[in-house]
Amino acid sequence: MTMMAAPIRLDYVFTPGVAQSTNLHGLERGVFIGQRCPKCQKVYTPSRGSCPVDGVPTEEIVELPNTGTVTTYCVVNVPFAGQAIEIPYICAQILLDGANISFMALIQEIPLAEIRMGLRVEAVWVEPEDLGPTMASVRYFRPNGEPDAAFETYKEYL
Amino acid sequence: MSERCAVIGIGQTVAKSKREDVSIAGLVREAAIMALDDAGLTFADIDAVVVGKAPDMFEGVMMPELYLAGALGAVGKPMIRVHTAGSVGGSTAIVAAHLVAAGIHDRVLTVAFEKQSDSDAMWALSVPQPFSSPLLAGAGGYFAPIIRAYMHRSGAPRDTGMRVAVKDRRHALLNPFAHLHLADISLKMVEDSIMLWDPLHYLEACPSSDGAAAMIIGSERAVAQAESDTGRRPAWIHGMAMRSEPTMFAGRDQVNPQAGRDCAADLYRQSGINDPRTDFDMAEVYVPFSWYEPMWLENLGFCAEGDGWKLTEAGATSLLDGGDIPWNCSGGVLSSNPIGASGMLRFLETALQIRGLAGEHQVPDARRALGHAYGGGSQFFAMWVVGVDRP
Amino acid sequence: MTVFPPLTSGRRPVGVVSFAQHDNVRREGRRNDVEMLMPVVAEVFGNIGITKDDVGFICSGSTDYLVGGPFSFVAALDAVGVWPPRAESHVEMDAAWALYEAWVLLQEGQIDAALVYGFGRSSPGNLSEILALQLDPYYMAPLWPDPTSLAALQGQALIDAGLATEADFAAVASRARRAALANPHAQVAYDRSAEDLLREQYEVAPLRRHALPPLSDGCAAIVLAAGDRAYELCERPAFITGIDHRLEAHAIGARDLTRSPSTELAGQKAGVAKGSVDVAELHAPFAPQELILARALGLGADVDISPSGGALAANPLMSAGLIRIGEASRAIWSGRADRAVAHATSGPCLQQNLVCVLEGA
Repeated sequence: MTMMAAPIRLDYVFTPGVAQSTNLHGLERGVFIGQRCPKCQKVYTPSRGSCPVDGVPTEEIVELPNTGTVTTYCVVNVPFAGQAIEIPYICAQILLDGANISFMALIQEIPLAEIRMGLRVEAVWVEPEDLGPTMASVRYFRPNGEPDAAFETYKEYL
Repeated sequence: MSERCAVIGIGQTVAKSKREDVSIAGLVREAAIMALDDAGLTFADIDAVVVGKAPDMFEGVMMPELYLAGALGAVGKPMIRVHTAGSVGGSTAIVAAHLVAAGIHDRVLTVAFEKQSDSDAMWALSVPQPFSSPLLAGAGGYFAPIIRAYMHRSGAPRDTGMRVAVKDRRHALLNPFAHLHLADISLKMVEDSIMLWDPLHYLEACPSSDGAAAMIIGSERAVAQAESDTGRRPAWIHGMAMRSEPTMFAGRDQVNPQAGRDCAADLYRQSGINDPRTDFDMAEVYVPFSWYEPMWLENLGFCAEGDGWKLTEAGATSLLDGGDIPWNCSGGVLSSNPIGASGMLRFLETALQIRGLAGEHQVPDARRALGHAYGGGSQFFAMWVVGVDRP
Repeated sequence: MTVFPPLTSGRRPVGVVSFAQHDNVRREGRRNDVEMLMPVVAEVFGNIGITKDDVGFICSGSTDYLVGGPFSFVAALDAVGVWPPRAESHVEMDAAWALYEAWVLLQEGQIDAALVYGFGRSSPGNLSEILALQLDPYYMAPLWPDPTSLAALQGQALIDAGLATEADFAAVASRARRAALANPHAQVAYDRSAEDLLREQYEVAPLRRHALPPLSDGCAAIVLAAGDRAYELCERPAFITGIDHRLEAHAIGARDLTRSPSTELAGQKAGVAKGSVDVAELHAPFAPQELILARALGLGADVDISPSGGALAANPLMSAGLIRIGEASRAIWSGRADRAVAHATSGPCLQQNLVCVLEGA
């Protein structure tokens, strides 16, 4: 006997927690939320409620603009189970203006060959009636036409 | 206040994409028994067992050390299960070694494994969480952007990664236990393979393997016994260190992580290493995606920051090309990747080299070697130095 | 001049100098695991006026299957603030074993203090299903045996062997829940007699509801310090004079469920019998298990068993064992005990057990 199939299904109730709920409610309004650390003053988004460097709660809410810079990226071309987006697609780290940490997002409306570090982008949201407490409220980021950001402005945030 | 300790037994399974011929217990026993035989011991001689593996979702068994108690001869003994993400194979060996170094046990069996074909590794790595975007496409999707940042910083030529992919697979042809044996491997073959996460080609990424690794770590007393029983010499542990840093924080250097540098600095201080490039005879370093070789060459102090790719390009890390600092003579993670075991395979291979038992992939007269493992978002590091000389 | 108690285990005196735990609740729906843990870590440091920079090692215990996602320990570590980089490790076990790992490292002398924490919530998933996955994946797990049924087998074995009665189980539960009234962190506490409890329906015979642990969300943290450092941080450290852990065969049928040989052995190695025991905090989620453990450790009728209420009062998986060590330490600090035993368990029907002897000098 070489194979025995033992199917397992487990259902979990997921608790986003206070910090993530704050972020999600922001997304519901079409706004990116960050939280500032009282010690180092850095703005984290999406925030998880504590500063990973100082280990203290980050309670001060900061609303962030829709614009940011691509600090780095890759082009995903690997098929896998449960894939939601058609390959190939650009997966990039976006540093929103005013934030001190980048997060991963989809980039569209740009030929694959033109994606580059330093590209200035803006968020494209779903229709207002479709906004909800989920990252899916942000459809993707696209170039916003501004000149590329200088490497010095984002090199710390790769 | 630390006792001397050494590796006196080594065992590993042949890594394959699916080990359909064994159960999980069978897989770990294969490696464990091989290690015991190597040390001239039986399960009865072991004082404690330390097991390590990556997330349990890889097999669908929660806390499998409980189920493995009998299979690993651990009934009536202390047993611990370590989980530190990708570095786990390394940190498991370190936890085991500390049990001896602290004077608590004489002989500790340590096993790391993954039978990831039992579940779905890609799914298990990124079980979708509510409210978050389903962008991440495996570990490669996480590391590719970091690699791109390294390429930009260092100005490395585009083919550096591919050279590592070829070198490690050529090394693997000398290692009967390696998963991938690609006899025709060439730069062209790598370049022609599908680009999975630009800039990483399919053949620049690690495989998904089932496998187990085991070591017996012994006290001086146990070493003397093993040497007299088997005639094989030990690999003395000269130093070991672990460091962790947060996944992400403002200003984090993901390309050249501080935790990796700090871990190496502590380790080198313990082991009396001043210049890794010349003081080590070889190294087994956790390189799951080709470009991590030049990146880790820099992070581990084998060269100045920005110069890692030059060592790779010059063939310095190639055993077959007569490089002065061969890396991953076993084929490395690029040739075998049972995730929970990969870190221990790095440590185990260094011990194999020091004991002169590496067969066709032996570095002649290897006297000091570096074993390295990392995990998570390049945030967990476990490293050790083993040598021929008794410290 | 500092005085350290003689050691049965190890060579360097290591003491528990601070302990903090979260209130144990049925369901923490607002905050996630990490947000529950943060104030507990702040408290465990705050109690003794130190920060994360004062510990040389961090070790935690938790499990992915409770959270429902891989690498779940990483988020908790991020919240603690591992910067500058620190030596850190994690076990996919109750944090009592993380404490053991930290104790081992402290023996060698390169570090003087360590932070240990454990967390886990029973509310997100169906615990009966989740814990079935702990069992042999080929022969047992596909049958989905739940922990209550397995514990019932153990309870019935005790009854069949003439070693205990259902009334004894009720007496354990009655005492534990009454003691829990004095524990502000307890989840289930009441003043009901054993006779009253015996009128409850069976959940799984011979276990009635009172013999079962609650489902708990919780977390806890401990700071360990070695040698003189322990006295710098705490007036009367709870020194670990003995600590050991052992494992039994996994298959229920391969064991005598009326005994706990691994607890007997661990207790022996930890030197429990070397002196009198004032307090014993036993990690017995099911009432019959307390009787088995007390016998295995040779505890007489004069020992104050689980004054915190034990796991019957609150059972936050992955920290319940650590909490026993914390509660036993509190008994030492307060002077309630000069010598205490703490026990932790893992696996079905007490398969794996850790025993720790704590003494105040």
